[in-house]
Amino acid sequence: MSLVKLLEKYRSRIIDEWFQIIIATYPPEAKKLFSNLKDSFNNPVGSTAIKSMTEVFDLLLKDGDSPDTLKKSLDPLVRIRAVQEFTPSQALHFIVELKRVVRDSLERELKEAGGSLQEEVGAFESQIDTLLLIGFDIYMGCREQIYSYKANHVKERTLNLLKKANVLCEVPDVGTEIIPHNVYKNGGFDNTKTSNKGD
Amino acid sequence: MTIPREEMLKIDNTPPRKSWMEVPPDFSKGKFCYPSQIKALEYLKMPNPREWSPTDEDWKLPPNWQEIIHKGFKERLDKYRSLKVFMDVCVRCGACADKCHFFIGTGDPKNMPVLRAELLRSIYRNDFTLAGKILGKLAGARKLTTDVIKEWFSYFYQCTECRRCSVFCPYGIDTAEITMMARELLHLLGISIHWIMDPVSNCTRTGNHLGIQPQNFKEIIEFFCDDIEEITGKRIEPSFNRKGAEILFVTPSGDAFADPGTYSFMGYLMLFEAIGLDYTLSTYASEGGNFGLFTSSDMMKKLNAKMYHEAKRLGVKYIIGGECGHMWRVINQYMDTMNGPADFLEVPKSPITGTVFENAKSTKMVHIAEFTADLIKHNKLKLDPSRNDHLKVTFHDSCNPSRAMGLLEEPRYVIKNVCNHFYDMPANTIRENTFCCGSGSGLNTEEIMELRLRGGLPRANAVKHVHETFGVNMLACVCAIDRAVLPPLMNYWVPGVSVTGLHELVGNALILDGEIERTLNLRMEDLPGAEGEGNDDDE
Repeated sequence: MSLVKLLEKYRSRIIDEWFQIIIATYPPEAKKLFSNLKDSFNNPVGSTAIKSMTEVFDLLLKDGDSPDTLKKSLDPLVRIRAVQEFTPSQALHFIVELKRVVRDSLERELKEAGGSLQEEVGAFESQIDTLLLIGFDIYMGCREQIYSYKANHVKERTLNLLKKANVLCEVPDVGTEIIPHNVYKNGGFDNTKTSNKGD
Repeated sequence: MTIPREEMLKIDNTPPRKSWMEVPPDFSKGKFCYPSQIKALEYLKMPNPREWSPTDEDWKLPPNWQEIIHKGFKERLDKYRSLKVFMDVCVRCGACADKCHFFIGTGDPKNMPVLRAELLRSIYRNDFTLAGKILGKLAGARKLTTDVIKEWFSYFYQCTECRRCSVFCPYGIDTAEITMMARELLHLLGISIHWIMDPVSNCTRTGNHLGIQPQNFKEIIEFFCDDIEEITGKRIEPSFNRKGAEILFVTPSGDAFADPGTYSFMGYLMLFEAIGLDYTLSTYASEGGNFGLFTSSDMMKKLNAKMYHEAKRLGVKYIIGGECGHMWRVINQYMDTMNGPADFLEVPKSPITGTVFENAKSTKMVHIAEFTADLIKHNKLKLDPSRNDHLKVTFHDSCNPSRAMGLLEEPRYVIKNVCNHFYDMPANTIRENTFCCGSGSGLNTEEIMELRLRGGLPRANAVKHVHETFGVNMLACVCAIDRAVLPPLMNYWVPGVSVTGLHELVGNALILDGEIERTLNLRMEDLPGAEGEGNDDDE
């Protein structure tokens, strides 16, 4: 039996064990809530995790899965992990763990096959490596997004303060985009000439 | 061949398996709100102003801090019977546990309302119950240490006082009030956050959270009138501090300075113009929000009194309140016994429809959504909902108007009359079961963005559902904090969904007498079907 056939056979067991690995990263008190998949609106963490993991696993079994579709399926879960209190490695560790889950689940079958599936296993595991790299991209994207909120807030606040202090003026069209549209009046150093009228 | 587990990447994913009492709070960067500044506390004459940081080992508490907490706790137990009941009556059934958006988003057990309250209850048992005094930890009691104080600061500023848990508590324990009490106790030691105390201090001084001076407030509103004139061709001239006006209009100052709230402010002005309302704005009561609610009962009372004092000074008949969240909690739950009854005002009666707002009989303050819904019901507004046809709208019930005043139908009724496409989110995420935005009660500050995003996950998850199912692209709400915090929340979790106030939608659909043909909406964007037409108009 090919590896894909074996993975299809044990699909639900593998996905469930993989899901348990995610759940185990949360405090025990949260286990009950996050494992309860009856109401996705009351349990966005658990329901997003199982949905993402199922989709990703199925995509890995398919031939010719593109990084884009994998990214789309993995994004919602990594997006959640990226704002929870995990280090980057903790947040993405579950992806690596899929290798172990698969090997544990297929332990007997792999032994029986006596090395004939080794190549297929290797190929499947390198797909998981790709998945990890995709996860890394998503995670960094999320963090950059959050930092941009913070940075924009500071930028806006600074700009408002400068406007309030009347030290800004519009630069006429100078034919270059290098100079920012708002620059300090008089280079920003001369406070003596600031008037209340603004111009 | 199986790779031995030891050889695999070793990452400790196991959370601590300790009793909650032994897990200290985490004060690494991004996990706490910045403390308040000396200036604000001094201005408000609040205890122990000093330079300190939650990351410091020594929080510079007063030498007799334990005595202060004990006395403060006792005083509050004597003053509020509800607090005593909330401390005693919980049977730890767990009904509240999975109802908190912070617990749902983080899985942190101390974000379960029952355990959050336990942080306070354990001290209550130790100090005020016989069982706790004798049995100690066995009875769920513990000694008051500085670690307890630090834990309070961490977790009572991870509660948005949204009261969703209270809806599910069989005993009706109001966890928000437990949080309020814990924050009051922390204030006695000078422990508070900048994002709350600065607005409180500003509000005391200038009448609004931002510290906007009267002339600036007037200028901002006049800017709105300029935009309205450009869009509709009609000049609106609202009055300020006008004695003898029939109605005083008060809204959160967020509507005056922060998009997209500003568009709702324009909507209010246009609505009042359309019906010829005799109203005035106040540059002193220029804030509906009341961060005093997140500080102490005294501060809440003081800031609330300002609006009524101004109503009295101007001699208006009653007050209409704008789209604010916690302002309405203060009005409906506390105002009447704090500063009321407002006998010097009249029971609100719509001058246009004659409807008497019996629900506001004592507070004399009507919610604008009720007021507008009544106008629409009586066919007093000319509306063109097709101007909102590019929008597929859902409604986020803001925690306070929904759970603290039961404002559930009116906003929906208004939306359905000014928009043609409305889709509600799933039942257990709206109305009195609504999920918080994750940033209420003064937590709408940037330094805890991740916490806010975690807390806002359940709300965003429900929006995502209607976005994916019905193509919803606009999230309407009736709260200024919502309007400020939902845009980044949507941007992160559900890109493609914008945020609007209710009266922005009203303003866009509203037809003013003698207005020009509109080509722009209140955001100065082309109306659907009118792309480019606006360029033909001469200035």
